[in-house]
Amino acid sequence: MPFIRFADRPPYRNPWTEFERIRQGLDELTRTYIDKSKTQNRANVYPALNIFEEADRLIITAELPGIKAQDLNLSLEGETLTIQGKRDSKQNETGISYHRREIESGGFSRAITLPIKVEVEQVGAKLNNGILTITLMKASAATPRQIKVSAEEEPIS
Amino acid sequence: MTEQELRIQEKKAANPGGETTKNETYFAPHVDIFETEKEVTVLADMPGVTTDGINLSLEDNILTLQGHRPPWKQTGRIILEEYESGHYLRRFTVAETIDQDRIEASLADGVLKVRLPKTRPAQPKKIEVKLG
Repeated sequence: MPFIRFADRPPYRNPWTEFERIRQGLDELTRTYIDKSKTQNRANVYPALNIFEEADRLIITAELPGIKAQDLNLSLEGETLTIQGKRDSKQNETGISYHRREIESGGFSRAITLPIKVEVEQVGAKLNNGILTITLMKASAATPRQIKVSAEEEPIS
Repeated sequence: MTEQELRIQEKKAANPGGETTKNETYFAPHVDIFETEKEVTVLADMPGVTTDGINLSLEDNILTLQGHRPPWKQTGRIILEEYESGHYLRRFTVAETIDQDRIEASLADGVLKVRLPKTRPAQPKKIEVKLG
């Protein structure tokens, strides 16, 4: 941040140029911030999600170790997908002493707004080795359609 | 039931001991380790690892848990990336004497469970000090 000393200022200044300078600075700041955070995000709510977009579908993955399929609840309402569940890693055995406890128990609930419209009827979800994969088919309006370009040769007259 | 909310636990990178030739990431899995009179149990979160990818060893009292994820090709465009995927690696020094032949391991819902039976209950040993 450069210091502006009063003595350095020219006797007359257009007050708007200063605003313009600030605006440009802010633009630059948002640009670098957006570039970095566009895809790489720190999630605040469990679980952390990765979302991929393919031509006809949206794939959402999450790492959910120790969560059983019956303890997981997914719902889709409009464009909001809700993932709820719980994990219980407590041991029922008696007379155990812990050396390390890093795995937490508890419930979670996360709702995300989908970036595009999806077919509500065609949602696939599977939980495999602690990885949840949700496949959402895009609504037909959002699927890119191939438009055939037909070449017509015009007769030279 | 538990009222606590699950939080996102930051993944810590693990050092595989020397650089790897492939550009692969190793994470240290979160673990629970507990002990009963008979055995020591290690639970490790290794989502995405199949039984083929698990590599366990106990050498010189060092227990190594290693989980290799099958290569997964990412298709399409990334819209959101909140977590990184990688292999898992963690080492522990086991203080108890473990019966190596009876070590059992199982994998369920992405959680590896290793049972390390103790050879015998530790006997307090008295060492007599002689006058030299």
